Amino acid sequence: MTSQAPGLWPPSGPEVVFLLLGAVAVGSALLVVTTRQLVHAALWLVVCFGALAGGYLVLTAEFVAWVQVLIYVGAVVVLLLFGIMLTRAPIGPSAGLDSGNRWAAALVAVATAAVLVTVVVTGFRSAYAPLRPGQGAAEPLGASVFRTWVLPFEALSVLLLAALIGAIVLSRTDIRGRE
Amino acid sequence: MIVVVALIVLLPFAAAAAGLLATRLGTRNLGARSEPTAYRRAAWFAIVPAAVSAALTVWLAAALAGGAGASEGRFWSELLPGRVEGTLTVVETGSVPISLTLRADGLSVLAGILVVVVALAVQVYSVGYMRDEPRYPSYSAFVSLFTSAMLLVVYAGDLIVLYVGWEIMGLCSYLLIGHWWEDRANSRAAVKAFLVTRLGDVGFLFGIFVLGSAAGGFRIDDVLRADIPRGTLVVATLLLLAGVAGKSAQVPLQTWLPDAMAGPTPISALIHAATMVAAGIFVVARLYPAFLAAPPTLDVLGVVAAVGMLGAALAALAQDDLKRVLAYSTISQLAYMAAALAAGSDRAAMFHLVSHGAFKALLFLCAGLVIHHVGSNLISHMGGLRRALPVTFWTMTIGFAALAGLPPASGFFSKDAVISAVEHGTGPAQPFVYASALLTVGVTGAYAARAWLRTFFGPARIEPLAEPPPGVAHVFDGREAPSSMLWPAGVLAVPALLLGLAGSAAGVEVEWGPAAVSLAVALLGAGIVYALWRAAPEQDPARLLGPFRVPCERAFYVDAAYAALIARPILRLARGVARTDARVVDGAVRGSGRATLGLSGLVRLAQNGNAQLYVTGLLAGLVLIAVAAVVLT
Amino acid sequence: MHVVYPVVVSALLFSIGVYGVLARRNAILVLMSVELMLNAVNLNLVAFDVWLGDRLHGGQVLTLFVIVIAAAEVGLGLAIVLAVFRTRRTVDVDRLRALAEVVRAPGSGRPDGEDAS
Repeated sequence: MTSQAPGLWPPSGPEVVFLLLGAVAVGSALLVVTTRQLVHAALWLVVCFGALAGGYLVLTAEFVAWVQVLIYVGAVVVLLLFGIMLTRAPIGPSAGLDSGNRWAAALVAVATAAVLVTVVVTGFRSAYAPLRPGQGAAEPLGASVFRTWVLPFEALSVLLLAALIGAIVLSRTDIRGRE
Repeated sequence: MIVVVALIVLLPFAAAAAGLLATRLGTRNLGARSEPTAYRRAAWFAIVPAAVSAALTVWLAAALAGGAGASEGRFWSELLPGRVEGTLTVVETGSVPISLTLRADGLSVLAGILVVVVALAVQVYSVGYMRDEPRYPSYSAFVSLFTSAMLLVVYAGDLIVLYVGWEIMGLCSYLLIGHWWEDRANSRAAVKAFLVTRLGDVGFLFGIFVLGSAAGGFRIDDVLRADIPRGTLVVATLLLLAGVAGKSAQVPLQTWLPDAMAGPTPISALIHAATMVAAGIFVVARLYPAFLAAPPTLDVLGVVAAVGMLGAALAALAQDDLKRVLAYSTISQLAYMAAALAAGSDRAAMFHLVSHGAFKALLFLCAGLVIHHVGSNLISHMGGLRRALPVTFWTMTIGFAALAGLPPASGFFSKDAVISAVEHGTGPAQPFVYASALLTVGVTGAYAARAWLRTFFGPARIEPLAEPPPGVAHVFDGREAPSSMLWPAGVLAVPALLLGLAGSAAGVEVEWGPAAVSLAVALLGAGIVYALWRAAPEQDPARLLGPFRVPCERAFYVDAAYAALIARPILRLARGVARTDARVVDGAVRGSGRATLGLSGLVRLAQNGNAQLYVTGLLAGLVLIAVAAVVLT
Repeated sequence: MHVVYPVVVSALLFSIGVYGVLARRNAILVLMSVELMLNAVNLNLVAFDVWLGDRLHGGQVLTLFVIVIAAAEVGLGLAIVLAVFRTRRTVDVDRLRALAEVVRAPGSGRPDGEDAS
């Protein structure tokens, strides 16, 4: 696979698209963790997830992309917005969204980034994946899920049920813990 | 027969246990009658065993007098030739065995009779003297214990057994001298007596160890028969001498005895006549062959005795407290015994011990009667008591005559025996001792005459005291003491008067030459005092000492010197140690605690409960580990 | 497609998520940052799945599972946040200090450690 790989530069067409989407995702993610308005953070999260979904499409994982859009953009962000509402967070800009150890956090994050980027660049400098459209479509993926991975899938459904019950128990005030 | 010996020792011990445990048993619901009941019961517990012990001792003496001649040629071998010895068990210690042995021979019985008779007299006397005293039961129990301990010393057949009795006596002296401990001075005197005698006891214990390890056993017979090198013997006897000096109040450990007057007067009689102080002389007599084989020790003993007898007699001449006069006279008379021992005559020493025991107990009991009557210890508060207290006057006159060594009282014979023994002594210090003894005879006559005249003659100086100071005596009531107090004094007056005749009848010859000299000296001393008193009955004849009087009254500043040389430096050292302990040792401990707290405070700054900070640290560590793993491999 | 591109994007997203988790006070923002980190992982999974050409599509299936689990996690997380908000009237992470002992001045009393608030 790596023997006939083209050079890193110039990037091919899909690569350019992916890099643009990646830049959008990283930039909106930065805005998520730096913005001064809670609701804006949630909205920037939508942008980030959307860009990632585009990235999945470029990587030929189309089913994952749609699921990403459906669950993340559709469900998770809505949930988060509900949470923001229910905790009576201020809608406008608020100053105190960052805690005191911001600089330590930035240091750790930059160090993490440096370590990770260094490692993956040294590790996968020459790795090349030829893109074959259709390999991530619903049909092969569904077949794989219900054929090979059916047991984890069922376990996952139990987990979802447990999470559902747990969320209900946690959020209802009239259910007390055992004394 | 050994059972009898054991009974003699154990009966007072049982009495002590019963007195301590059983006097108030079941008296709680008697209400107001509970105190008299306890008092009566304690009196019975005290007197009956002492009386039985006395009777058994007399029987034992009779049995020994008719016993087989098993003695080793000691002075009592003609009079009381028999001996008994019984061993309960031998305690194997791994090196030198300890045998729990009791023995009775002539020496033991001589001392034992003295002890039980005086103890019985003191117990009977105390019934009257300590009336209305709430702690009478414990008091009488301690007297019984004291008696029992002294009897154990007397009848011990093993040095360790002897030491047990010796130590119990130290404890009892502490308890009884401090009987009225509410007064701080009394408890101080008790502590002083305890500490000073303990100081000597350390030497005594080590002396026992040296003797025991050299002889391979602690049994007295084995020790005396063993072939011990002379150097070892000198060391051992010198160490023993320290304990003897402590218990018998000899220079330089004599300072506790005058302060021991803080105790009740019957206790003074007991300590001075029968128990405590007699123990030292008795132990030397018991181990006399060992001392005879160590002449340097005897020389030291002679010098100590010579210094002690004269100094104490001079101090007695200047005292104003009647009991302190008698206390210093005790030191002086004990020094006579020590001088006799140093001169080589244990017979004279024991003779004087017994006669001194009789007349000194008599003197103390009489002093108690006088104090009971006057309500004060001070001679300057007394005077003209001859008519108010006829019985006391006559008995005390006998006591003083014996003390001064006037015939026909017992003191004349025993003191003559001592002085002739000293005269015949051969040690290098003997001339000095002899001079000191003769001088002391004169001073003794002087202070006996002074105390006698100032107490019973001259103008009456009684001022009825409305409120006697606590711990002194009872309120003046103008009458003589109850008969339970007069009888013991009267009974003791008989041996004080006649013991000398009995002694000479039993074979102690009187050397009339030295006797005449010492009698003349004693009369000279008494005469000077009489002349002075005659000239001015209101004034103290002690003024004949002139500028020398204050040092005499302060006992030559020995106490002050000890305080300055020993007590104060040690106290300062102790305070320094305490301060060092508080500042340095405790400071180090507390400081380490504080340092740990401070350091942990620094560390806990990180543990502030902020989970984000924890996660930050976690991830930072993770990154560092990853970097290290990459870089270092 | 060079694998480096998605993987680098994923690493950056992950680091941004780390920063958000560590630096944000509001618990909901912390949850969002966790979502960012999960998405970075998802991107990685998809990229490597494509690179390896896995016929079982383990990477993509695992991505789907992660998405599902993330949804459940957000639901539970929000429930917890709401419970905390009900009891404490705040969702600021750095004001929830029940993990720590109450700090006294050193030496002012017995350090008994029994005073968890």
